[in-house]
Formats: sequence, structure tokens, C-alpha cells
Amino acid sequence: MSEHTVTPVSTYVFVFLALLVGTGLTVFAARVDLGWANNIVAMTIAVIKATLVLYFFMELRHSTRMTAITAAAGFFWLVLMIGMIMMDFWSRHSIVLPVEGK
Amino acid sequence: MASSPLVDRHGHGVGGGHHGRRHPAHQFDTMEQQKESSTLGMWLFLVTEIMFFGGLFTTYVVYRTMYPAAFAAASSTLNVPLGALNTAVLICSSLTMALAIRSAQVNWRKGTMIFLVLTMVLGGVFLGVKAVEYHDKFVEHHVPGHSLNTPFNFVLENAHEAGTMQAADADYRRHAEIFFSLYFIMTGIHATHMIIGLGILAVLLFYSWRGKFDSEYYNPLEMTGLYWHFVDIVWIFLFPLLYLLGANAH
Repeated sequence: MSEHTVTPVSTYVFVFLALLVGTGLTVFAARVDLGWANNIVAMTIAVIKATLVLYFFMELRHSTRMTAITAAAGFFWLVLMIGMIMMDFWSRHSIVLPVEGK
Repeated sequence: MASSPLVDRHGHGVGGGHHGRRHPAHQFDTMEQQKESSTLGMWLFLVTEIMFFGGLFTTYVVYRTMYPAAFAAASSTLNVPLGALNTAVLICSSLTMALAIRSAQVNWRKGTMIFLVLTMVLGGVFLGVKAVEYHDKFVEHHVPGHSLNTPFNFVLENAHEAGTMQAADADYRRHAEIFFSLYFIMTGIHATHMIIGLGILAVLLFYSWRGKFDSEYYNPLEMTGLYWHFVDIVWIFLFPLLYLLGANAH
């Protein structure tokens, strides 16, 4: 037997149901026109669902700190990659270079 | 991961490991350390997977920012009910995968095998639904490229876009083609991961049947679970990004 007790089936089933509800919510929310907020709502629900999977199904709640940091680093680099590229993408055209000779 | 953890090098527990305490592979002091080592190694692999899919997600974000209208219109042609069904199927398969591992933790060998088979069936259902969706895309000429016998074509459906000029129409069609390129590469690579996962699950089923796993040793089950759940997470993001983007486009 491992150092931690076996997770009860009810916990897994509860997470499973929460994920199903999340899927239903995201489909419903997408049909409501919220403008730019549609993206925020969809991604918020997706992040919550992913966190549930990471925490319960992927057992991050029982993992060593080393494993948790490794997992967090992966997502951190992903945020860095998308964030840096989009910063460049959005700001590229707003920089006006001085015209030669003036 | 530990070197071929599926092989019991010590003669202990082959065909019924319940009888004595398991011994870790020689480079580890304890079973706990062996398991932590496997978990960390698997997570390092998953980090490379995050970056692998991350590159595609980044590409998607950039192009979607550039061509929001064409992306929304192209997205609205995807089958949302089938996509939602597949999301549910995949979530269900994550549950059965977790229960397969749990069964090993409580020494229920038959349960492990039942849940592994269920996971594989659900994975198969996912791929089947995906095949139906791909078929629809071929029929609708939504597969990028012109060398196929279904050359790409995308007809404008939105009224406010239909009035634009001819040159703009060609651009619009090309931008929709970019969406479908991303759709096929992202769901295609995701499906490839599923197929690889099914292969690994088949091997695990065989080893479960041989009685390799019990409450003291189930690393391969747990590592495959990490992989399977990760693929689930990728889909959790793919579904809203690809299918729901155009849900209120018209």
C-alpha cells in the first residue's frame, strides 16, 4: 500500500460529473453572444476543467513538490511562449520608427 | 521511467505479486523512490508534450487574431454536437482510466482489466466519431489543399461578408483554409496520441492479465494514466477553440 490512502470511487465520479457539467456549460456559454468575453468564459471553464483533471485524475494533489514544480514549469513556459509572441504581435504595428533625415 | 518496469527482475510477484513484498529495480532504494522517479520522468515527457501542442496553440492564437471573421465562419461549419459528444466520451475514458489504476491499488485485477477495456472502447468511440467528422469535411470540400480529389472550397455564408469584393472573397477563403489546416493538424496529432495510447493500453491489458500489477507495483498503469489524462486536457482546450468559436457567428 502506498503512503497515501486510495482515493474513493466517489471522488473520481464527482470530478467526472463536474467535468461533464463544465462541458455543458461551455457549449451553452458559447451560444450566448458575449462579444470578446466569450473567449474569457470559454478559456476560464477549460482551465478549471484542466485543473480538475490535473489535480484529481493526474494525482498532482498527492505528488511530490518536485513533480508539481515540473508540471507547473511546463504550463508556465506555455504561458510565456504565447504571451511573448502575442506581445510582439500586438505591439509591432504601434511602434513608429523615426523617418530618415528628419 | 525505470528501465523496463514491466519486467520483474527479481522473480517476485510474477503471476501473482500479492504474496510477498515487491523489490524495486536495483538503482532504487525503495518502491516509493522508484514510483516518484517514474512520475517525475513521465512529467518531464509531458512538459515536452505541452510545448509540442503549445506551438500549435500559439499558431492558432496568432492566426485567429489576424483573421477573426474567417476563423469564426470556418469554425461554425464544425459539428458541435459530435464535438461535445467526443468531449464527454474522453472525460468518461479518463474516469475509467483512473478507476483501472484504483483497481490495481486495491488488488482487484479483474477490475483493472475491465476498466482498461472500457477505456480502450471509449478511445475507439472517440476515434470513430472523429472519422465521421473527417469524412464530412472531405464531402464538404473543407480539407485544405488542391491536390486531393476534393479541392478546398469555402462558400461564404454570412450575409455581411457576402457583399464584399471578389479579391476579398479569395482572401477570405484562404484564411478559412488556414483554420481548417490548424483543425486537421491539431485534431490529427491529438488522434495520433489517442492511437498510441490505445496501443499502450493493449500492452497494459496483457500485463494485467498476466498479473504483473498489484497494490505495490502499478507504475506503468499510473504513467499511462498521466499520458491519457494529458491527451484529455489537450482536447478540453481544442474543443472550445475549434468548435465553439463560431457558435454565435450567425
